[in-house]
This record gives sequence, structure tokens and C-alpha cells, in this order.
Amino acid sequence: MFLINCPYCGERDQSEFKAGGEAHIIRPKQPTELSDDEWAEYLFMRKNIKGIQFERWNHAHGCRKWFNIIRDTSNDEIKTVYKMGESPPKL
Amino acid sequence: MKNKYSIFSLFKNAFSHHENWEKAWKDPEPKKEYEAIIIGGGGHGLATAYYLAKKHNMKNIAVVEKGWIGGGNTGRNTTIIRSNYLWDASAGLYDHALKIWEGLSQELNYNIMFSQRGVMNLAHNLQDVRDLKRRTHANRLNGIDAVYLSTEEVKKFCPIINTSQDIRYPVLGGTLQRRAGTARHDAVAWGYARGADKMGVDIIQNCEVKGIKRNGDSVEGLETTKGFIKTKKIGVVAAGHSSVIANMAGLKLPLESKPLQALVSEPVKPIIDTVVMSNAVHAYVSQSDKGELVIGAGTDDYISYTQKGSHEIVEGTLKAILELYPIFSRMRMLRQWGGIVDICPDASPIISKTSIRGLYFNCGWGTGGFKATPGSGDLFAHTIANDEPHKLNASFNLNRFVSGDLVDEHGAAAVAH
Amino acid sequence: MSKNLRINSSKFIDQTNRISFIFNDKKYYGYKGDTLASALLANNIHLIGRSFKYHRPRGIMTAGSEEPNAIVQLHKNTSRTEPNVRATEIEIYEGLEASSQNCWPSVNFDIGGINNFFSPILPAGFYYKTFMWPANFWEKYEYFIRKSAGLGKSPTEPDPDIYEHRYIHCDVLIIGSGISGIMAAKTSAKNGLKTLLVEEKPYLGGTTIYQNSEYFKINNQTSGSWLEKEINEIKKLKNLEIKTRTSVAAYHGYNFLLAKENLTDHLPIEIREKKIRHRLLKIRAKKVVNATGSIERPLIFDNNDRPGIFISSAIKRYADLYGVACGEKNILFTNNDSAYETAISLIQKGINVKAIIDNRENVDSKLIYEAEKNNIKIFKGFTVVDTSGYKRIKKISIMQLSKDGQKVVGSKKNLHCDCLGVSGGWTPVVHLFTQSGGKLKFREEDSVFIPNEFPSNQISVGACNGDFFLDEILINVPKSLQKFLKIKNSEYDNIEVSSFINKSNRNIWLLPSDKTFGKTKPFVDYQNDATAKDIKLALREGFRSIEHVKRYTTTGMGTDQGKLGNMHALGIISETAGTKMGELGTTTFRPPYTPLTFGTIVGRNVGEYFDIFRKTPIHNWHVKHKAEFENVGQWKRAWYYPKENESMHEAVQRESKAARESAGILDASTLGKIDIQGTDASEFLNRVYTNAWSKLAVGKCRYGLMLNEDGMVYDDGVTTRLGENHYIMTTTTGGAANVMSKLEDYLQTEWPELDVYLTSVTDHFATVSVCGPNSKKIVSEVIPDLDLSDESFPHMSFKNAKIGKINCRVMRISFTGEHSYEINIQANFGKSVWEKCMDAGKEFNITPYGTETMHLLRAEKGFIIVGQDTDATMTPIDLQMDWIVSKKKYDFIGKRSLYRSDTIKEDRKQLVGLLTENPNEVLEEGSQIVSDINKSPIEMLGHVTSSYYSPNLNKSIALGVIRGGKKMMGQRLIIPMEKKNINVTVADPVFLDKENKRLNA
Repeated sequence: MFLINCPYCGERDQSEFKAGGEAHIIRPKQPTELSDDEWAEYLFMRKNIKGIQFERWNHAHGCRKWFNIIRDTSNDEIKTVYKMGESPPKL
Repeated sequence: MKNKYSIFSLFKNAFSHHENWEKAWKDPEPKKEYEAIIIGGGGHGLATAYYLAKKHNMKNIAVVEKGWIGGGNTGRNTTIIRSNYLWDASAGLYDHALKIWEGLSQELNYNIMFSQRGVMNLAHNLQDVRDLKRRTHANRLNGIDAVYLSTEEVKKFCPIINTSQDIRYPVLGGTLQRRAGTARHDAVAWGYARGADKMGVDIIQNCEVKGIKRNGDSVEGLETTKGFIKTKKIGVVAAGHSSVIANMAGLKLPLESKPLQALVSEPVKPIIDTVVMSNAVHAYVSQSDKGELVIGAGTDDYISYTQKGSHEIVEGTLKAILELYPIFSRMRMLRQWGGIVDICPDASPIISKTSIRGLYFNCGWGTGGFKATPGSGDLFAHTIANDEPHKLNASFNLNRFVSGDLVDEHGAAAVAH
Repeated sequence: MSKNLRINSSKFIDQTNRISFIFNDKKYYGYKGDTLASALLANNIHLIGRSFKYHRPRGIMTAGSEEPNAIVQLHKNTSRTEPNVRATEIEIYEGLEASSQNCWPSVNFDIGGINNFFSPILPAGFYYKTFMWPANFWEKYEYFIRKSAGLGKSPTEPDPDIYEHRYIHCDVLIIGSGISGIMAAKTSAKNGLKTLLVEEKPYLGGTTIYQNSEYFKINNQTSGSWLEKEINEIKKLKNLEIKTRTSVAAYHGYNFLLAKENLTDHLPIEIREKKIRHRLLKIRAKKVVNATGSIERPLIFDNNDRPGIFISSAIKRYADLYGVACGEKNILFTNNDSAYETAISLIQKGINVKAIIDNRENVDSKLIYEAEKNNIKIFKGFTVVDTSGYKRIKKISIMQLSKDGQKVVGSKKNLHCDCLGVSGGWTPVVHLFTQSGGKLKFREEDSVFIPNEFPSNQISVGACNGDFFLDEILINVPKSLQKFLKIKNSEYDNIEVSSFINKSNRNIWLLPSDKTFGKTKPFVDYQNDATAKDIKLALREGFRSIEHVKRYTTTGMGTDQGKLGNMHALGIISETAGTKMGELGTTTFRPPYTPLTFGTIVGRNVGEYFDIFRKTPIHNWHVKHKAEFENVGQWKRAWYYPKENESMHEAVQRESKAARESAGILDASTLGKIDIQGTDASEFLNRVYTNAWSKLAVGKCRYGLMLNEDGMVYDDGVTTRLGENHYIMTTTTGGAANVMSKLEDYLQTEWPELDVYLTSVTDHFATVSVCGPNSKKIVSEVIPDLDLSDESFPHMSFKNAKIGKINCRVMRISFTGEHSYEINIQANFGKSVWEKCMDAGKEFNITPYGTETMHLLRAEKGFIIVGQDTDATMTPIDLQMDWIVSKKKYDFIGKRSLYRSDTIKEDRKQLVGLLTENPNEVLEEGSQIVSDINKSPIEMLGHVTSSYYSPNLNKSIALGVIRGGKKMMGQRLIIPMEKKNINVTVADPVFLDKENKRLNA
């Protein structure tokens, strides 16, 4: 069970959080102009990285804020956290 | 000629203190080139190789495995086999597998202990009842044995379930597929490996794939820890690591790899004689031949390749087990472990060609791949050999994520994703 | 048999407190402080159980949690029965009842023992090679296999005990209270760190606490008395919490650990009532000190499993700690000096030690000298090749080892004994360390795996780190702690240690025998009856990975998880396959360290606490009026209100009729409610719903449909514009939490530029829905000041109102098609408003109706229920709700997905109405719909999603989804049931009042 450092609340137990998958997948601004392939790419295709992954988490049983985590999915080590809208810090 | 396994060969070998048994499979170094290579030595991969050799006369093939065969999800799952899926496409796929299971020990001359002790799915609310009835009707019309049971019939079939109507989510009914059951997971991998090896398939363990070599739109071979191996056809059956292999070929897949946990209790004398699954209360349990209660937990919601999940998942599962089986409160958890399951958005698998010629994927089985092992291998072999899907796996193509023609089986999956 | 082998007093045993217990239906006595094992040994009982496969007689091997053999069933045939309890762990209490397992009719005479004679045809994995003929007979074989497998018996009654959880946060957690753990506890707590020390045994001090030998001294005291003083000192430390009978089960990432604190298992049953049995400690520690010690290894030789064969350190523990002799004619067999410690302890207590068989050839130490001085015959360079004695060891055969240790030479000698202690060196307990993600390295000198790299803030000290000897511990442990805890001064400077042990060992994983290897039974896993032969067979058959061998032979898969034998299995594989131990690695150490009771893991979350009950503010009224309830998510919703002997059908028919003919009242409080405010609230709704919102006037309500990004219907509900920048959205009951999360997600991550604030207010309001032709009259009586005229308060509009002094919101919206009002009021007034409506409606026979009637009424109008009439495959177009999908809006969630090649197909499944040929025949929800039953395979066009008998139309009605249904109006189709086929006609899904006249009736 991870200990996650919510950028708003500080360190909390993982059970307070919900994971939201890969981060920085931006919803297309003009979906109607995309081809079916391009839309599928946004909707379903994922990097599913083994290694350093940028991902979204939500402090669901806390402040309910979404934020980003950089985590190594091969050993679950959390490298850092940063707020939504911020660009990822250099590791 | 390999030793044929039988009670007679056991007696015969007893005289020589079992010192003359042959290797179940060789441990060869890779050749320079193969007609086809299967990445992943789990049940599905080994079955694919077996059927490529057996039904499509492809003998110069290899299975490359990063670790030891059957060591991934094949050796970590709770071994439930059933085919009571809702949609025609799924029912066709899983029942094809079930029919092969029914004769597999004899076909492989390896006792995979397929035990048709039945699988019950329980309903705990009115929508569950509707969904399970819908599924039962569909199953019946698809020729799959499935019956709907009242609460009393559930109790009669498995007396230790707490069917009291006073519990938080009472059992309102259930379905039963009698042809469903369990098999010995390791034996499935080993039986297919022995069978494939016998037909000349090279099973290469401790051989990790490091890259896929492409020439334009076609594959040319594999970079591995045991060197470069040339081939024109690559079938990827790497479960949780499918995306990792796909990335090597420059592809993205609609998959997320998440931890799925399971646990067993200490062994006890027979106490539950069937498999019982409950989606709503979220627990499923059976008892192994050794006597351990085999309990499946759910997936975590984050991506991880660690084969470890969070404790609260295990706690939640056992909580549900005790709700339905209060008599198990004093039983003890002996071992818990995790696997990495690759989950598709529609909870259905992918058995498909890709945009790269000669590269095929068999993945996305999520929490329920074991039951499909023989069918998946058979159909994937067909797809690789013919460069065209079989009609039974035609729906499970990659294009469905573009067209929107998904096969949504969330209702039938053992674990809500 | 009734000999007393309690040979001396021990300060750890309270001989003034005699306790009776029952083993295999016979009464025995022990003392407070005894384990079941020590008490049985004191009574000279050695035969405890039968092994898993061959049903060989087995006794007690160890004195701890590594015990593979001595496992028993407690309190058989009672609600507190428990299988597979280790006799070496359970403390005796008055009335303890234990019995042998896996034997029939008795442990002395067990029919299953015949398996031992069949053992030549039962090698590892024999079951994979047979039971395949005749085909389909496996399940018949399996029946017998299952019956003979398993060990103890599962309880068959609910557990009378209670369990609980406790969270602990500490600076330092120390696991194990041996000498290293005690030093760690003192160092940590004295330096101001909040420290927790946990120990699985009931006492502190590990194996040192009973060490009373002149050969091991600290500051000129025996190591035992030195440690006792240390323990007395730390007990006074304020920062230190000490928990005995507490075993750490799992070490997860981020220093999250689970430990089981055992509170009542050692108490007489009658005083356990209402006490908590186990407490699961969920520990989050900043730092962890592993001081888990080591386990003595057995030796692997032919017939090394007989009752009376012990681990040598267990014999010492039984003598020193419990005052019990394991035998009267003891022989020890060793490859290191540890067995000599045991010998000297026994001699001090006057227990006979006949001989020591030592693998080592040229070896000398003070301990060996002392043993020889005491007339113990020492056979250096010898090995045991066989043992005999069926239910208790009687005799051993020994032979000289060749120089390389691979063979035996010379002649065989027989020695008589009634107890054999074996010592194969020590294995660090690294289970928890590896669970945490730690990696091991192999130390060649003494063939042990020790901690190497690790991810979290932890350290391993003492024997579990490979420091087995007193001098190493006293030098290394304080140093490591100082560094790890960042402490200036050590508590253990200038300590004098004297230790006279010779540290050499001669490790031979599989000892040679004079017999053909195939005829021997050298057990590696005692409980599962896996022998060295099985391991070699597995290797011969091509199983090379350690995990393969484990699975093929079942080595290490018993209830002890191979704590004793796993290292030997690795050693034998390594030697046979010619792979280095370090490269071979170990099998994965999986949690829990020792088996953990399900009840303990679950804690209080059972029975009524399994899941919360969400109840509406009006719930008690429903209960009082005999409502039946339906679970909807976590909510309890009134399902129907049967009167006297009414069946559900009768009640629903009555409720439905009343609602249409006069007045009905529904508790709609469970619907999700989300308060939406901000200058961009309208734009936000435009983006999340399929229809347009900007033009909705203040005070008006609108129905909305929400999709997933993949275009499938996700949720629906009515949203009301309360003010220019203020809306209240309602969601489905089951979907409320998910909708809220989804909206927050979009708002925070995709559209942070929008000025919108969301608040879930589901629980803040009670919602009373009054419907029917007389609803206006009733509401006007409850809220007399409110103008209810159709002009001022038309359908789909809203008004603020007051009931007395209490503000409420009244919406004129309808899910039944009737003229109706929803009164939303602060939750704590919900029940009183409900009652007011009931009073006001009395003269109109106002009838409370539940969810079932609500479903029926809306089905008459063809209104969908998301989740019942839709699954995750239905678009709004499929639902024939094209009217709600804005063509003008640039984008909304899911819009793009509606134009994919599959979603634009015309023959998708579409929602239609269904009428049965026989108007009295009600279809089964979930039944499938076909057009041609003679086709093979039969083609299923869709299924029935909702079905009722309508009392208002006097016929059966149903909704269903059918492939291409939109174009099938009037077509006849078939519902094939198991025993009959039902003819239906495709109809308009709106069965009643298509013109919506009743809304204003």
C-alpha cells in the first residue's frame, strides 16, 4: 500500500485515493474533426508503460482534487507528485 | 518416442525407481531462424505452438519465454473454466475452449485434472437477477448448458452458502453451468509444452525479448537475451507485458496492466464441491484437489508490473467470503500472490492481426484468460497460420476499438474491472 | 506411555498452576507456560499426526512456527474448531481439546498408512501421468483423491469470536525480541523515537533468554541473565510499546506491515466470550528493524522424518525453557557446533546424551571438548544413513563419510536411541525482508541467503542478517543501529563478550546413503512428503526452474511453507543441475509469514457491518408501514407496501392503479443531487449532456442524458435552473457517486477554465414525489401559499416555497406521466413533509408506492431506466431518443463516438415496445427475442429489458432492445422460453397517454 503525498493534503494512505490512468492525454479540442482512428487513439490506446509512468490520481476520500504522480510501475516507487496543469518536474 | 503416461508406465518405472523417465520437454538453444515464434510460454502461448504444429503442420517453430513456462498468469490464476458468456461472439469463443477442455487430458496424454464440478454465479439484487436470466437465456439458445437457480436451489447445490435473507445482500438466485469447473493450471502449461515439444517445437526458457526487428511493414525477427532470431511470423501472447512488446514494434494497444490478487487457505478435507462466484458481493471460491480454498480477489485500479496488489483488495475479498460463508472465519490464509492482468476497455480479449505484417497479438484476457486457454491457442494458431482470423475470433479484432463494435462482457467477467 | 519427562523446574513454567487438557480423547496435564507440544512431550507423547501423502507417523520436530508435522485439530465438532494448529505454538489452557489429523480411524492405526507401501508408484507428479483412463473417469478418481487430501477439517458453524483492526503509526518498528531486537528497542526508544517491539512468542528474549551456559557470557554474566536485565530496563521506557503474541504476517511496500496480535487463544474458552480474539495491527512505520532471527536446518538423510527426530535447538528449548526431556536416550546429529550447545544443556540437567554424530572430520572447540568430557561418544566425519522405529525412533545407522562427502565408506554401526536431534546449520528468516521487495545474496562460506539490496527504510540485524554468533551480534548490531537510526552514542560501547563456539560447518545438502538412492526416503518437505528423490525426478523430467520443481513436487507448499526444507531443496537442485545457488535464487516468499485467520483479516467488517446501509430520512416510516425493501447500491429503497396478505403482484397492481386514478406518493430521496454553481454552469451542462442548456429559463427543468466518451448512455436525470448561475442536477440512485466523480474529473482536468463548482447534496435533501390526478389538491393543502395553477406553475418548472417556516423546492416533473410534484426539503424535515402529504391525501386515498410500481408506471410511458433498459452498448439513437441529441452543439461528452462506423449502423439494437399475443402473459425480463426458431444456430435479435402487467391498460407490456427494431413496428417475433414459445408484436414503447394529456390532468 503506497503512501501518497497529495499536493494539497500531504502524505496519506493509498486507500484514500483513486487511480485515473495515464496522464497528459489531452481531450481533443475538436473531436468531430478527427478520423475514427484518431478518435480511437484518444479513447482507448494507452502506453501502459512498464517503468516511469506519468499518471493521474484523485484524492477521492480526501480533498477530491486530481493531481499527477510520476511512478515507476516496475517497482511501484513514486518519484514525485505535481498538480494538474503543471508541467511535470524533471526527475 | 516419448514415454506414454499411464498407470502401467508408472508401475514399469517404479522398478527402476523412476530413473528412466524422459524429459517432458527439451531445453534447446534457439536456432537461427524459425517459421514462426510465439512470445510467451504461458498456457495460451504453448497451446498456440501446439496447434500450429498439430493442425497447421508448422514444425519449425519456437516459444520464447522470459522466465519459466507457466510462470505468469497461468500459474497464478484460480483455474476457473466456464463458457456462460452473454454475447454470441464470447459464447462461441469460450465454449469452443470448453469443448477442447473436455478431451484435453486424453489428447495431451497428460492429466490436466479438468474437473466439471460446476460453476455457480450468484445474484444479489434485482438487476443481477435480470442480467443473469438474460445471460442464461442467451446461453441456452447458444447451446451452452446453463440454468437459472432459485435461492433454494442455490442452497441445495452448495449448502454452505449463507442464503439467509437477512444478510446485507441476500442471495436472490443464481445460475449454474454444470459443464464448467476447474483444472490444474501448471499441468495445462506442462501438458501443452510436452505435446508441442514432441512435435518438434523449441521451448526456449530464460529468453527475454528485447526488440522486434521490422523491415518496413513486416517483421523480420526478434532480438532476445539469447541473440537475434529470424522469423517472418511473431505471435505475441505476453499477457500483462503485451504493451511492452507492442511498444517494441511501435504499436499502442487498448490495454492497461493491473495487479490481480488471489489467495489460498490451508488445506482441509472437502467442504465445498463446486465453484461459486459472486460479482455483486465480489468473491469467488472453490476448493483445490489438495484441499485449499482457492479465492480470487479483485484488481487494483492502478497500472503495475510488480505482481503485488494492495492489502485492502484482499481484505475486501475475504470480507465478502465471510459474508457468504461465515463458517470460514476461522480458516487461515496460507498464501497470497498477485499477477499482472492486461485489461481491455470492453473486458473482452484481442486475438488479432495488426497493422504490421507477420505480427499477431493474443492479449487482453483480463481476469479470465485461463478458461480460454485451449480455444485461444487453437484460434490464434489458425490466425497466424492463415493470416486471417477464424470465424470464432473474428469479432475479437483490434479494429473494434476504431469502429465501436465492442464486445462488452463486463457483466460476465468474474471481477468488475 | 504415562512417563513423566518433566525433568527439572524452569522459571518460564508455573509448576504451581497445573492445567488439564485432552489429546485424542485422553486427559493429560501440563503447566501454565507450556505449549501443547511441550506438554505432550512431558507426557512422553511423540506420535502427533500423519503426513499428507504417505500417511507416515509424524511427531514434533521444532518448537516454533516453522513446525511442519505436529499440527492438530482444536475443539473438534464445536463452533471454535480450528484445523491445522501447530502444537508448538498453541499455549495450553484449561479445557484445551486437540486431536490428530489426516488419519482414520486413529493416529495409531491409520488405514491411509497403506499409501506408504504404494509409495513406489506415487512419485512426484504421479497424478499427471495417470487417472486418464477411461476418459471422463477423472471426477470419480478425484472424489477419492480429494477425500484423502486436505489435513484438518473446516469449521461448519459460524465463528463465535470477534476480531478487530488497529492502525499504528510509529517511528521505528522492531520485529522480533531476541537479543538483537531487544538491543534495537533500547537504542531506539532511549533516543526519543516512538518505538513498537513485536514478538510472536508470549515472552521476550528469543533463544538467548534461556541461555544459561558458561560458554556464552556478556560482561561476565551468562548471556541469559544479561538479557533479562536489559529486558527489565526497556520495559520501563516510555517511548516503547511492547506486544508479545504478535506476529508480523506481511511486509508491504512503503513500510506498511500487518501483524496479528493474539489476545485470547491462550485463555480457557469460557472466559473468551465477548473478548476480542485477534487484533490485526496495520502498522505504518517510518523505519523497520528486522530482527527475525534464524531457523535451524534439519539434515536430509534416509527416513529422517520419524517421531522422535527433532531439530537440535528444539530439544534445547524444550529442556531449558519448558524443563522437558524429549528423550531419555538422546543422540545428536550435526554439521556444526550448535548441537553441542544442546548436548551440554541436556547434560547439565542430567539428561542422557549417548552420542553426537558430526559430519565434520577434523574439528575442535571448547564445546566439543566439554561434550567429550561428559562421556558423550563423538563420531567425527560420520553421517546417519538410516533410522528405524515406526511410531517413534528406536535406532539409527551411521557410516563414515568419504573425504568429499559424496559417499559413505566403511561398515555400518547401529545406535539405539529414543530421540535424535539434528542440526544442519542456520537459515536467516528473511521472509519479511523479501516480501518488502528486498533482494538476497548468497554467502558461500556457510551457504546462507542474506539480505542485500532493499527499497524501503529498513535494516536487518542479528541472525536474520547472517550474524548468528553472540560476538558478531554484540559488535555488529549496535553499530548498524547507530547508523540506521542516526544516533550519536551507542548504548552498547565497551561490552565484553566471551563465546567459545567453533563457527565451522560442513554443509552437505543431501547426505549420502549406502542404499540405492531410489530406495531411500530422505524427506525435504515433511508435511507434503516431498523427498530428495522427488526433486531429482523433477529435474530429470526437465523441470529446471526452482518454481517448477516446487510446483511439481509440492515442496514448500505445506502449511509451514517450507521454512525447514526449502534451502535443502535449493541445494539439491543446485548440486544436481550444476547451477550455483546464488544464480538459482529462491522461490518467492509470499505473505503471510504464518497463516492468518480470515476473521482476523476482516476484523469487524462482518455481519451487519459488512457494508453500510444508506437509508432515506423517511426510512422509518416505510418500515413502520411494512414496506418490503430493495437494495439499490448501498441504499435500502421501499420496493412495495403489501397490505395484510397481499402478494407482491397484488400490492404493485393496487399501488399502480391508485397513482393513476387518484394519488400516489414516492420517496425519491435516493436520487443523486448535485448542486452546480458558477458563471459557466450552463456551458458546463452543454458539455456533459447531449442536449442544449443555455436557453433554459430560470425556474425551468429539463431532462438530460449523459454519455460516456464512447457514446454509450451513462446516466440520466432532470436538472433545474435555480438561478442564472445555479443548477441542481439529479442523477440515478446507483450512478450518483460515479457521475459526481466523472464531472469533477472533467472540470478539474479537461476544463479547468470553466467557473463551475460542484457539490454533492444527495443526503441534504429529502424528496417526496406526489403524483396522480389529485396531486395538485394534496400539494395545495400542504403548501397553501403556493400558486399551483398550470399557467404559473407548468410542467417542467420549479418554485421555491415554504412549509411553515421551512424552505423547500418544488419541481413539477414527472416520471410516471401523471400530474406530479417533487417536494425537496432539508433532510431532517423529510419525514414530517411525507406525513403531511399522507394526511392531506387521506381523502384521496393517497397510496405510497415503491420502486416496483415506479418502474411499472414509467414503463407504461416508455421511459427508460439507465442500467435496466440500457447496458453499456446503447446510444441515445438506439434508444430512439434522437430528439435529445443536439445537432447544433459543437461537442459534448461522447458526441464523436456516435459517428463511428459501427455506431451509425441502422441495424443496431434499438429500444421498442413489446406486446404479447396473450395479454395476460407477462414476459420474463432478460428473455431473448428471435424471429425464426427453426434457424440453427438460432439468431438472437435482442432481449426483454422491462416487463410488467399493466393494471391501467389491463394487459402485459414490455420494453426490449431488438436489432433493427425501429423498422420492425408491428412485426411478430418470438420469445423462446425453456418450455414454450411466446408470440409478441413489436410496438411503440409509449403504451399510455402518448399525447401527455395526463401531465396536466
